[in-house]
Amino acid sequence: MTSHTNDSWTVAGQTFHSRLIVGTGKYKDFAENAAALEASGAEIVTVAVRRVNVSDPQAPMLTDYIDPKKVTYLPNTAGCFTGEEAIRTLRLAREAGGWDLVKLEVLGEAKTLYPDMHETLRATEILANEGFKPMVYCVDDPIAAKRLEDAGAVAIMPLGAPIGSGLGIQNRVTIRLIVEGANVPVLVDAGVGTASDAAIAMELGCDGVLMNTAIAEAKQPVQMARAMKLAVEAGRTAYLAGRMGRRKYADPSSPLAGLI
Amino acid sequence: MTHEHDVMITVTVNDENHQVPEGSTVAYLCRDIGLDPEKVAVERNLEIVPRSTLEEALIRAGDTFEIVHFVGGG
Repeated sequence: MTSHTNDSWTVAGQTFHSRLIVGTGKYKDFAENAAALEASGAEIVTVAVRRVNVSDPQAPMLTDYIDPKKVTYLPNTAGCFTGEEAIRTLRLAREAGGWDLVKLEVLGEAKTLYPDMHETLRATEILANEGFKPMVYCVDDPIAAKRLEDAGAVAIMPLGAPIGSGLGIQNRVTIRLIVEGANVPVLVDAGVGTASDAAIAMELGCDGVLMNTAIAEAKQPVQMARAMKLAVEAGRTAYLAGRMGRRKYADPSSPLAGLI
Repeated sequence: MTHEHDVMITVTVNDENHQVPEGSTVAYLCRDIGLDPEKVAVERNLEIVPRSTLEEALIRAGDTFEIVHFVGGG
């Protein structure tokens, strides 16, 4: 049996002890972002790849506050709407960072930010053939998840609700089906709004949870980051402990024998 | 270093025109803009310039560069 103190998970040969991955967008400033990261205990952060500001090259940089030597940067293709854009972005990311573990996200439309699965699958194949280790944002479709795995995805990352919505895990049945069928780690990516949502994702047997807005847009982001750390640990531990069965009616906890 | 007799050539960096002396390397271009070549990734005419070659890769007039780095994101 695994206790949560030595609990770990492995993706593409890299082992992590924290099952929480946090984003680095939407924070008030880099200092708050770094403090929230510290409180979350996360070992992986998602980052975006963007043009340098040629007119202000001395502007503060993320790497000044979050050390890529201490925290794993997971370059993400958020904002890409075609496979080509995503692949181009990740090729640059690999050159900027020097590592192959990346997060692929190919969006279908701005309103829902739902993934375009046709483009996502195509890009996954191309990236895997180029030696990338893509963790892939996807719909909560167990068959699509298998296709991604076959194409070379090193982790399956279904949404629990639309990106940035904070609506919580709306699809427990399909998330659980994906977890049961997958041979690679499954992480809920998107939809978490508060700590209980993260716990639910972990209780479903997910290997981890990725979130950004739920922490960054909390009234107290650093405090929420700590709440998420605890929720992920609680949900994971509950999953390992195995919950009781559900009953239709009451069952008393005190013995019936010896009643006066 | 730029000398007054250097022939200047024009390239495009992130959609902006930039002038460098003929014979400059890509690493020189980064430093000239104020960037640490170790902290960015460079694409020239849609092809990656490997970091290991930044100090040797010579700039040609009319090259189009994309220079990117990591920023906060979800």
